[in-house]
Amino acid sequence: MKIIVLMKQVANKDAVLRIRGDEKWIDESDVSQQTNESDGYALEEALQLKEAIGEGEVIVCTLGKVSAKTVIKDALARGADRGIHIVVDDENALSPYQIAKTIAEAIREEDFDLIFGGLQSDDASFGQTGVVLAEMLDVPHATIVIEVNRESLGESSLRVKRELESGWYQWFEYQLPALMTIQSGISQIRYASLKGIMAAKKKEIREVAPSVESFASAQQLQKVYMPLKTKQTQMLGNGDAKAGAVELVEKLKTEARIL
Amino acid sequence: MILVFIEHKNCVLNKTSLEAIAAAQSVGKDLGLVVKAVIPCDKDCALGAEIAQYDLEKVIIAKNDKLGIYTPDGYADAWEDIIKHENPQYVIMAHTYQVRDFCPKVATRFEKEMLGDCIRYSNEGGNLTFTRRIFLGKLDADVTLSGNAPHFVTFQSGAFRGDNAESGSASVETVDVEVGEIRMKPEEPFQEAKASVDLTKSEIIVAVGRGIKSEENIAIAQELADALGADLAASRPICDSDWLPIDRQIGSSGQTVAPKLYLALGISGAIQHIVGMKNADTIVAINKDSEAPIFDIADYGIVGDLFEAVPVLIEEIKKAKA
Repeated sequence: MKIIVLMKQVANKDAVLRIRGDEKWIDESDVSQQTNESDGYALEEALQLKEAIGEGEVIVCTLGKVSAKTVIKDALARGADRGIHIVVDDENALSPYQIAKTIAEAIREEDFDLIFGGLQSDDASFGQTGVVLAEMLDVPHATIVIEVNRESLGESSLRVKRELESGWYQWFEYQLPALMTIQSGISQIRYASLKGIMAAKKKEIREVAPSVESFASAQQLQKVYMPLKTKQTQMLGNGDAKAGAVELVEKLKTEARIL
Repeated sequence: MILVFIEHKNCVLNKTSLEAIAAAQSVGKDLGLVVKAVIPCDKDCALGAEIAQYDLEKVIIAKNDKLGIYTPDGYADAWEDIIKHENPQYVIMAHTYQVRDFCPKVATRFEKEMLGDCIRYSNEGGNLTFTRRIFLGKLDADVTLSGNAPHFVTFQSGAFRGDNAESGSASVETVDVEVGEIRMKPEEPFQEAKASVDLTKSEIIVAVGRGIKSEENIAIAQELADALGADLAASRPICDSDWLPIDRQIGSSGQTVAPKLYLALGISGAIQHIVGMKNADTIVAINKDSEAPIFDIADYGIVGDLFEAVPVLIEEIKKAKA
């Protein structure tokens, strides 16, 4: 069983974002980076599936700048077997079609059984790289998977549970190879052990210098900016939470007339 | 011409499709394009007559035996067939979980991509600029399309109002579409636990997010809810951690509510949460991060430690109610 896990490096969730001078992206110079949240769950599902079978290989694939290698190293320390780093300087200037095409070229020869990825990135949030990649590789896909039924793994099939909206769910059975995008929060993500960190140093990371094809139909990002406020928000307490609470009750009484 | 997708389960409409109709009609007016609705189904869908009551050029029922239950392969094939016959300039859909699942696949077949989850668009002399939320709602991005038609655009729930979809009278046509091999076997959709708590009828909701930090701290939010006569709710991470049951979850995968007062404690305001509560009459946000997107939609905001604010709130509310 060979499982490829797509993982992306994104700005830290809690980072204060500043917009770059050309207004095309954020200023990343002083923003700490982390692994995209749902991609971490994708890795965990892959590792658990491999452990359940007792054999196999988990390969982490990351497209991003040199610094994104941290994501791969961290995944190797958690138990992935090897990495593929598709090195590009400006992944934020690429459209989802270009990203998927570039990944497809890099992994086409891997003879995989499964590809797992997060359901979307927390920065660009295209939410489609996995689906587009599956179509390019001519394999079936499932999005927003919240459970992988490891016991169901047959010769070449697997049952997964998809999340629908408003509290509905649905099981699907897939013939492998297939691609699944994984929802956040569906399992407990393991930490890297000291042994894992040591072992990771000996694991292979294949670097790919891709030739990214230009794409005539790419969506063109014109400008990034702080959201326009639709509401006039009254900020209360001026940084003092207790004073804010007192003011709030007064407002709820006199203005909103809820109390 | 614009094609708009009508989503349904067993011929029962998904209401966000009316928002998609409103969006398509708006784009159609701006660009001088007519709008046709497409309903994939395995029969002469009963929904056809219902959708025909909107101002549309035509309602197309894309029919094939394999379209009774949704699969991405089935829907992608049906759409590919329809698009090849209709040659639309735009394909417009509501950004639902189902659309996320198949729309990028269809777009790829036409060497296009999906311009997804737009919250609005603007028109300047026939050139459209679409706006998407990025970085978990912290920033907006203006995006334009390039290349040849068809363009695939999806709009976030709430970007257009379904009751703004203009009524009219359209003809209904059933078209047999080609659907090839379906590589996945779907089982019947089901509801995990019947929602025992119906938050849609709550007048006041106190909701907790990651900022509550631990399961033990839920008690303080409960105490505030009790003082207000409110129901307790949560954002997704809280329910994922089992600190509150899943039937308390607000957002795209939980319940959609519109109470008189929504008090968000330690909720940053990711899009998936906001779509479930933004129609509340009054929104209060307490969060230590002044940049949290929840403040963009709040009427009242307190930047600070919720563990300092909440005990004072409880005390003051009790006084006010006494």
